[in-house]
Amino acid sequence: MKELLSRQDKWFRFKELPIIFVYTVLIGAFILAAPKVFSGYRIYMSFLQTIPPQLVLALGLTLVITAGEIDLSFSAVVAFSGFVFAYTFRTFGTPWVAFILALASGALVGFVNGILIARIGVPSIMATLAAQFFWSGLTVQLSGGLSWNIKAIKAHFIHPLFVGRIGGIVPAQSLWALGLAVLIWFILNRHKFGESILFIGDNEEVARVVGVNVEATKIKLFTLNGLIAGFGAVLLTLEMINFWTTQGAGFLLPVMAAVFIGGTSIAGGQGSILGTFFGAYIIGSLEAGVVASGIGGYWTRMTTGLVMGASVVLNIVLGEGKGKSLTQRLRNSVFVKGLRKAG
Amino acid sequence: MEERSYKNAVQTVEIDMYFGEIKALEGINFHVGANEVVGLIGDNGAGKSTLIKILTGVFTPTKGKLYIRDEKIEMKSYSVKQAHNLRIETVYQDKSLAEKQDLWRNFFIGRQITGPLGFIKVKEEKRIANEIMLNMIGFRGAGISVDSKVGKLSGGERQGVSIGRAMYFDADLIVLDEPTIALSLKEVRKVLNFVHQIKEGGKACIYISHNTGDIYEISDRFVILDRGKLVASIQKEEISLKSLNTFLLEYAHGLKENEKQ
Repeated sequence: MKELLSRQDKWFRFKELPIIFVYTVLIGAFILAAPKVFSGYRIYMSFLQTIPPQLVLALGLTLVITAGEIDLSFSAVVAFSGFVFAYTFRTFGTPWVAFILALASGALVGFVNGILIARIGVPSIMATLAAQFFWSGLTVQLSGGLSWNIKAIKAHFIHPLFVGRIGGIVPAQSLWALGLAVLIWFILNRHKFGESILFIGDNEEVARVVGVNVEATKIKLFTLNGLIAGFGAVLLTLEMINFWTTQGAGFLLPVMAAVFIGGTSIAGGQGSILGTFFGAYIIGSLEAGVVASGIGGYWTRMTTGLVMGASVVLNIVLGEGKGKSLTQRLRNSVFVKGLRKAG
Repeated sequence: MEERSYKNAVQTVEIDMYFGEIKALEGINFHVGANEVVGLIGDNGAGKSTLIKILTGVFTPTKGKLYIRDEKIEMKSYSVKQAHNLRIETVYQDKSLAEKQDLWRNFFIGRQITGPLGFIKVKEEKRIANEIMLNMIGFRGAGISVDSKVGKLSGGERQGVSIGRAMYFDADLIVLDEPTIALSLKEVRKVLNFVHQIKEGGKACIYISHNTGDIYEISDRFVILDRGKLVASIQKEEISLKSLNTFLLEYAHGLKENEKQ
């Protein structure tokens, strides 16, 4: 009996189960609706080509949300770091300097966010919203609103390294994003820094009392998120071999949706990297899937909303530690309470 | 019993603490002997928690000096981490455990066992946490494992975790901040026995509680705070429980003013 309980407990502990289930059902539905498109490998390769930049952004954001904070500025970093990357490469022709400056500029944006939030005490939603306007505005200003072609970068090793096709088929960026996901999983779940993030998100007061340096951790966290967004910007700019001033502008909501679909709670203290991984692929697959199914592009957004709603509800019903409270929930629901009173 | 080479586990000299305009503490001269149990008494807002948060490195005082084991502490760099290193442990009621985190993480947060690059040695932490639970707290067969979330534990179990943590890290000074709120009689007894153990082990303890019966049983000395000031320090031999209660009633917040009116 006891063993059974603990085994059940283990299943409920595997909190990514619902999201993997949703993804499987989704792909299954697409295969049924559009067998021609979804039984070939091409569509999946195109997912592996387009989704990684958003996945990279979502991975960083997962850490921030786990700490009970939010970052709305990462999409501006995609533009700003992309600009720094393209500008440096076009001006000096040095791809690696461009790469490092792009990461550094992302980290700078994040560091400023961190100072505003942790030192000065500006709520993260306001500080990063302001940052979002400021850095995207600055990008437009500096680039003159133009988009820049960087075709010449194809001749450099950096291009095949980050966005080449392995064996002529698999986009390299998908492996970089996967590698980053593994690294961030280890940081969140196995590193001191990640544990500090978990405790801050859970209860900042407790974190302070048990010796977590809350301020320093938050500054590091936002800086890291800027750095990661800078990396996402490089992947995107390299894949498109083009920089344009509004790049990344459309990423804000889908990336946030990917994190929440993955089961990371807005309340903080608990975050799922594996969930975010699948969340990003769900969000990224939806549009292509819905269009290919012949339902029509107009339905994409609605479907995204439906899938997000369903995932979040599934996470609540089946998610971590909720195995027990499923019945509690039922017991406490208005309907059943009403019945009991009547009885 | 270990022989202690210092006189006081902790001592403050003229500590002031302001939160903006509010004087939370004023001119506090407080000490705890190397093997002394001090009962810290005072109404809500008297400054008890503020004082211990200064001692344990959570707050930096506006003014004043702090000595730990007779050595002067640089206040500006003093932190919870340093307090841990100086073997000061704190047990709060419910305020030092993170609900959504695993038990083993709560044992080691702030002083993880790490390998290269700061990665946590999970297996080792879990093994030690498990040992603490079985041998020190006696969670044998209670249906709780090191992987349980703290949120699933009862008040008594949580207190057990906090105490187990303090025991494992083997402090010279253990601060218990209202450790018995919402505990059953049996669980309160466990906490009190823990304080007796501290005393017998030759260590020091600060015990904060509103229950004067408990405080009277375990303390060597009572220190009374009232609205940010230290108003009395009384040896146990000098006072009976009954007169202690009477004395405290006299100092109860607002009562004196009422009498004057």
